[in-house]
Amino acid sequence: MGLDVRLVADQSAVQAEAAHPEAGALHIVGRALLSNRKALAGVVILGIFLVVAIVPGLLAPYDPHAQIFEQTLGPSRAHLLGTTGNGQDIFSQLIWGTRESLAIAIIAGLLATVLSLLIGVSSAYLGGLSDHVLSLFTDVFLVIPTLPLMIVLAAYARNGGLAVLIAVIVITGWSYGARQLRSQALSLRNREFLDAARVRGERSSYVIVFEILPTMTSLIVANFLGVALYAVLAAAGLQFIGLGNPSDMSWGTMLFWAQNNGALNAGSPLWAILPGLCIALLGAAFALLNYAFDEITNPALRPVRRRR
Amino acid sequence: MAVTIDRAAPSEARAQPESTTPAWVVQTSGLTKHFRVGGFFSPRFLHAADDIDLSIAERQIVALVGESGSGKTTVARLLALIYRPTRGEIRFKGRPLGSLRTRREVLDYRSRVPMVFQDPYSSLNPVYRVSHGIMRALKLHRPEVRPADRRAEAERVLESVGLTPPGRFLAKYPHELSGGQRQRIGFAQALASSPELILADEPVSMLDVSVRIGVLNLMAQLRTERGISILYITHDIASARYVADRLLVMYAGHVVESGPSEDVLAHPKHPYTQLLLSAVPDPRAPVNTMPSADVGEPPRVVDPSEGCRFRGRCPYAIEVCFQVTPRLRELRRDHTAACHVATADPAE
Amino acid sequence: MITVKPLLEVEDLTVEYATDAGPVRAVDNVSLDVAPGEFVGIVGESGCGKSTLLFAIARLLSTSCDVVGGSVRLHGRDLLAMDEQALREIRWRDYSLVMQSAMNALNPVLTVGAQLEDTIAAHESMPGREAHHRSASLLRLVGIDPLHLKSYPHQLSGGMRQRAMIAMALIFTPELVIMDEPTSALDVVAQRSLMLEIKELQRKIGFAAVFVTHDMSLVSHFSDRLAVMYAGQIVELGTTRELFRDPKHPYTRALMASFPSISGPKEFLQGIPGNPPDLVHPPAGCRFHPRCPLVEPRFRIEEPPMVAVGNTLVRCHRYGRDH
Repeated sequence: MGLDVRLVADQSAVQAEAAHPEAGALHIVGRALLSNRKALAGVVILGIFLVVAIVPGLLAPYDPHAQIFEQTLGPSRAHLLGTTGNGQDIFSQLIWGTRESLAIAIIAGLLATVLSLLIGVSSAYLGGLSDHVLSLFTDVFLVIPTLPLMIVLAAYARNGGLAVLIAVIVITGWSYGARQLRSQALSLRNREFLDAARVRGERSSYVIVFEILPTMTSLIVANFLGVALYAVLAAAGLQFIGLGNPSDMSWGTMLFWAQNNGALNAGSPLWAILPGLCIALLGAAFALLNYAFDEITNPALRPVRRRR
Repeated sequence: MAVTIDRAAPSEARAQPESTTPAWVVQTSGLTKHFRVGGFFSPRFLHAADDIDLSIAERQIVALVGESGSGKTTVARLLALIYRPTRGEIRFKGRPLGSLRTRREVLDYRSRVPMVFQDPYSSLNPVYRVSHGIMRALKLHRPEVRPADRRAEAERVLESVGLTPPGRFLAKYPHELSGGQRQRIGFAQALASSPELILADEPVSMLDVSVRIGVLNLMAQLRTERGISILYITHDIASARYVADRLLVMYAGHVVESGPSEDVLAHPKHPYTQLLLSAVPDPRAPVNTMPSADVGEPPRVVDPSEGCRFRGRCPYAIEVCFQVTPRLRELRRDHTAACHVATADPAE
Repeated sequence: MITVKPLLEVEDLTVEYATDAGPVRAVDNVSLDVAPGEFVGIVGESGCGKSTLLFAIARLLSTSCDVVGGSVRLHGRDLLAMDEQALREIRWRDYSLVMQSAMNALNPVLTVGAQLEDTIAAHESMPGREAHHRSASLLRLVGIDPLHLKSYPHQLSGGMRQRAMIAMALIFTPELVIMDEPTSALDVVAQRSLMLEIKELQRKIGFAAVFVTHDMSLVSHFSDRLAVMYAGQIVELGTTRELFRDPKHPYTRALMASFPSISGPKEFLQGIPGNPPDLVHPPAGCRFHPRCPLVEPRFRIEEPPMVAVGNTLVRCHRYGRDH
């Protein structure tokens, strides 16, 4: 029934009225992130990975590629997480691998989001035939099964390395976001401030960039986080089956080598488990931040804290 | 319970000297807008507005009254260049709008004919401070105001809509203001471009009753003190009477009655106007419990046939009403109605 | 004058919302009686608490609202103290609800008939044919052709939808029908039609009605008594006739003066200066004092008591024993 929703909406209005006076977009986001437990967890995890990715040299004790150590050692003081079947230090590999995994996530996320935005928002704003054509285009990509497409593309462009990996992820990952962003832009189309901008005499390009996009920031960020999560897992998956460049240093390639050497059976389980754990953690960080953004944009999902 | 009458009621503007051709700010003739319904290739059209002839003089508030679906908002949007007419012409100070070609010409029209919107909660962009729209309007339409002076000009505009101290209001975000304050910001945005005609699309419908009067008084003030004309779109005939000099009643896409507001209210000629007036709850009058034409609802006019669109609900409908669409004809001085049955009053 | 035992007795009802900035008192010590068959209007602007009051009475508040004080007695039994089981027995039988927008409250994917029968089935095990018969007669009662039992809500006009809502509310001929602005989504002609319909139904069936609206003039011809609310409190309560003849509270007077009239001479209207109060930090003393033309320094500090002036109750210092 419509009752509860309306009451909550009334309450949000009251909450909004009582909001902090300097409620710029950045303030709202900042405050929400810090006060939300899920967001805080996500920020902390992501923060740690970011630091590791920026200054791996400070944290990793050894060269990750150096196959100079005794193979398949367990954790010890010299090797915190042991060594691989090829005699490399697992801990250093994890540290250095962070950079590539994070880079893929962020770059692919950004590129896919920009593409989604371009196509989704233009589609909504232009309407008519252009909307039909662009939506059809989006739908085609949406419907193509991603895993087979990824494998086919990656296999085709073997040895293209990181750029190919990112391209594959962007091509398979933009369409979902484009649909979402188009939907939101469409719902905004009837908001009177857009009509007001047009009647004021603003050009269409101005309206899209300065009136529509700023109100969609939370969805755009949520989109980015979603694609980043997808990118982390997709990249790892592709590298695991050997479609990346095996001499790259990333968690996915670690898994590839661990699999090749039968790590789980050969007595170095950490070699297989730990990269997977890192992938899961990074993915979780993005997912947690995504939840938090959902709560920021939809007040109905917020837990109500009572102050007596 | 006496209400002090210490000021002339808002729609008694300074009397116009009798002149043969009043200065028309806007005139429309045969203005028509049809929307295709049912998809890209459908042959069906919704007749949102048909053959609208309206004129707005200088220093005049004209009210366009009708229920939702009557076409009144369509007319406003046509005048605001949001829609392009299917047929017919709009002239702004004698010049047809169809002849506006360059961006500069269009921008010039837009600066003289801004629009105020209905919903105070969605007519301001929530991510910007309320100064945003005003500053943009100044930038686009008032090149003579130097960037350094814009803020002062914005404050001046806010003062003229009654938001003081203006500096404090300029820094606020929309959600920090009440509905009435937001609508005043809407008027401020319109004023920032030095307008000659403001299109006000139901500016008070979503405001609390006690706040409405303030905004209506502001409109009257703009007309009287600054000579700005206003097209006031509303479904509330009482507020139309309060603030407007002339009243046009719309039904199902047609103008059915037009005249000075007092005269239309005192001598309603079209049966729909009579129905509207009888249905308005007025606590100061005894209740009218006559059922009259309470059946039916305003029709959705898709591909209508010839004939009066009110015929299904009209207690006076005769055969010709079903066959011939009535045109506006003068039944009292300066007061027209589109009805076959209505009779002209003898000249007074 | 015979005093009739009231059907509904609301006593010192107080409801609070939780917000980030602290609790907001949406309804503050409201007391109201409704006699059997009486039509009571509750009038106020947005944020005055009238809808919250209604939902509190109907036990439909969302989980973030709390009733922190007072009682709501229907036939002497406190609705607020009842558990879900006891409530289920009286809900829709002794009292029912008509909401503001039928398009929100009616299920768009079920026919009107299906929804009526659903509602019947939820409260009583009635054989299908009888339920169907009942639904048809209900629609006839509110002036809708029974063939619309097969119609979906979107196929009906706005006025008809609202009437279908009323039909639903009357399934078990309750003694009390609570209505939250049921006419606000309708145009002026449909509005009047619906009001006449409601009044006629009340005459036929005899239910008491509590009618919440922001439009005082709408309810003026139909209500027996009117309560005017401001900032969560009732500021004036009396017979409709008396309220319109001689409004006592400055807010009531100002509110009445805010309605432009279509008849009589044209008058300049003042409206009410200022803004609706912020319920998070309500004004001290009399809540209306920032906007009141008759304010005195003491009113800014002391809360005014509810005082009886003839048969009307007014919450205003000017009618206190010192005046």
